[in-house]
Amino acid sequence: MINASTPRLAALILACLTLGGLAMPAVEQPLVKVANADSVGPRTLEPQTRAAVVRDYLASWQSLNRALDENNVTRLDADFTGIAKEKLSETVEEQYRLGLRTRYQDSKHDISLVFYSPEGLSIELLDSVEYELQLLDHDKLQATQHIRTQYLAVLTPTEVRWKVRILQSTPQ
Amino acid sequence: MTLRCTFAALWVVCAMATVASAQNMQLELPKNVKAGSAVSISTAGSGKAVLYIVSPTQTLRRDVQLGESAVIAPGELHNAGHYSAFLVGPSSAQTTEFDVSSERPSTLSFLAKPSRLPVDLHDGISGVVYVFDAFRNLVLAPTEVSFELSETGGATQTRTVTARNGVAWLRLDSAPKAGSAQFQARVDGITEKRVVQQVSGEPCNLRMSARRSGTRVELETEPLRDCKGNAVPDGTIVTFIERNNGSESTVDVPLKRGIARTDLPANDGATISVATGVVMGNEIRWPR
Repeated sequence: MINASTPRLAALILACLTLGGLAMPAVEQPLVKVANADSVGPRTLEPQTRAAVVRDYLASWQSLNRALDENNVTRLDADFTGIAKEKLSETVEEQYRLGLRTRYQDSKHDISLVFYSPEGLSIELLDSVEYELQLLDHDKLQATQHIRTQYLAVLTPTEVRWKVRILQSTPQ
Repeated sequence: MTLRCTFAALWVVCAMATVASAQNMQLELPKNVKAGSAVSISTAGSGKAVLYIVSPTQTLRRDVQLGESAVIAPGELHNAGHYSAFLVGPSSAQTTEFDVSSERPSTLSFLAKPSRLPVDLHDGISGVVYVFDAFRNLVLAPTEVSFELSETGGATQTRTVTARNGVAWLRLDSAPKAGSAQFQARVDGITEKRVVQQVSGEPCNLRMSARRSGTRVELETEPLRDCKGNAVPDGTIVTFIERNNGSESTVDVPLKRGIARTDLPANDGATISVATGVVMGNEIRWPR
């Protein structure tokens, strides 16, 4: 039913939404350091390519976090392909079956590009990453852990962006 | 009243004992395990707890009886990576980290580029190999990869490269002789093969001859070869151009059995030229 109070109600809802948005915890951007890529080979790495690879790799961490937090495999579509996508999808399905969720809030990346294939079809990087892992069992927080480890990622170009094809943490 | 106090005291003692035993629970497992191998995880304490093994690429959950070992069966924990193990009891939790490392090489992802290229091209062929184990984990331990490029009835180029961070690569020259070559990569008896077609390069010498045939002039090229003597493939387009008093006639002819033929009007004073790709041939002024 529409009456005279509708504009006031709309304003109230808008105010609530705005304040609600402000009250939400801000997602902090991770600290990112990218090592000098002069020695990457064998193909010459142009600054634009380097910037695009780093941008898309960092975006993949956001997708990974969302997919594993929401148990939603479609979150992986934009940033992952091949083996990485298959393995992460399996984890999402496994978590869903067990009633688990995980959050991987990355706080620091120290990235070195180590290989750019001669034909330009793959690029490999090493990332010393720090993240906060939260484990929830049926929505109840069970554990939190600060993790520092190194990841190896292989990215391949697609129509519009670089996608992560291999994502594997390397033994300490 | 006394009875009630006794029950209350007992409850407190039992509760304290439960908390104490849960706080004493311990979690022990190796710091590094091979992908797919069985893992025995020791726990200490008493009571029940839940064991979580978590990484972005695999998650396991087990109900465990503290004081007993939890066993991860062979093949169950198969994705290489850094894992967190949480043992969560009713009142406390234990945490540890461990790594699952890849097994020995089992499959190769071999990319040979290009699949077709001109002969005698320095560093023209590239090979890139990613080494995987049976669980599709990248094998990060340094691994020797042998590359071999064998030309049909010709020489063989062999080179061994050590894979670092799971990848090995090299560049090789294409052969001086046209034909297909087999390009293979091998690791511990695992072989992947690709075929690289080496075709002749640009024609080295383009020459045509002309002879009158009534009111027309018949044009024919010599057999087209590249600078290494390989026949230029049939189908290659050869263009004949006749220029006369500001007008121009052009005929595109595909090469047949190495030769291109056509005829054009025999105009006195005309200039006839021939070209293919970026190569210009000789020029004839008619009549000769």
